[in-house]
Amino acid sequence: MMNVIFAGIILFSFVFAALTGRMPQLSEAAMGQAGEAVTLVLSLTGMLCLWSGLMKIAQESGLTELLSRLLAPVTKRLFKGLRPNGEAVNAITMNLIANFLGLGNAATPLGIRAMCEMAKEQRADGAATNDMAMFVVVNTASIQLIPATTAMLRMQAGSAAPLDILPATWIASVGSVAVGIVMAGLLAPLWRKRP
Amino acid sequence: MTAVGVWMVPLAIAGIVGFGLLRGVKVFDLFVEGAKEGLTTAVNILPALVALVVAVGMFKASGGLDLLSFALEPIGKLLGLPREVIPLSLIRPISGSGAMAIFNDILRSHGPDSLAGRIASVMMGSTETTFYTIAVYYGAAGIKNTRHTIPAALSADISGFFLSALAVKLLFY
Repeated sequence: MMNVIFAGIILFSFVFAALTGRMPQLSEAAMGQAGEAVTLVLSLTGMLCLWSGLMKIAQESGLTELLSRLLAPVTKRLFKGLRPNGEAVNAITMNLIANFLGLGNAATPLGIRAMCEMAKEQRADGAATNDMAMFVVVNTASIQLIPATTAMLRMQAGSAAPLDILPATWIASVGSVAVGIVMAGLLAPLWRKRP
Repeated sequence: MTAVGVWMVPLAIAGIVGFGLLRGVKVFDLFVEGAKEGLTTAVNILPALVALVVAVGMFKASGGLDLLSFALEPIGKLLGLPREVIPLSLIRPISGSGAMAIFNDILRSHGPDSLAGRIASVMMGSTETTFYTIAVYYGAAGIKNTRHTIPAALSADISGFFLSALAVKLLFY
């Protein structure tokens, strides 16, 4: 799937740039953006180290286990194939909490960790498991208490009440995560584990 | 609100370190050990991210976004999305910084408290950069066969856009 999307975007861009005469911009973007990706990873690396380090402390001190037990009713139902209270579920719990609190910069490193732990526990071997797909869906639906960045941009643009969108945001995220969970369950049998 | 955002990160860091101290674990040693793992993960992400960032950058530079927005207007109408927010719904799943730029543009040119401004705000708050997340997460875990991940995540995104428009119309107008 990723192969098709990658090739599709690049070929579409090439043809369209050729038709509209935007080849100089395209060429510049292709070369400049590769460096941009490295900058992006570098800026992510600091956060990744910070939150991986903090995760280690939380793990050894028993904080993650405490929080996992709190969220167990949710994680047990969503991630049926994972050991309850295993490393993977612990990392998932921390990621969900970080997401919910709007700690976007922390949520990504924790999510990456959760994904690696899942790959280890379920011996994924290059193919996504049902639990991994479920985790992506829950993550990308972005359930958060206060979308701080969005609210800040609204305030800067001179909104009379930057936070008046909150109820609508909650409805939209809860609804979309529900659709995602149902779809992940329905679509899973259509893709075999080992093609 | 912004005060809450400012407090959150320091509070989480202090909370974790404080809890560790209370339980008598070696907080500094553990932190360094964990941070080292973070470094390895960063290296694993880079290749997939280069692919995605270059592809998205080329797409934006080619002007394809405008064409696609125009072509998708009928579908957007079906979902109840005003014309102004369609480019945002296209770029949102693939680029976080791109979405931010378009979002800001909508806020400036239509006003944050207009219909388009509000729908765009709710869309930003209730969806994520799906492809970026998939590339980063699966890149780190060495997953090549994504199976049903993309269709499931995209259907969540599309329903998120639809619900954003619906919720704003119901709650404000």
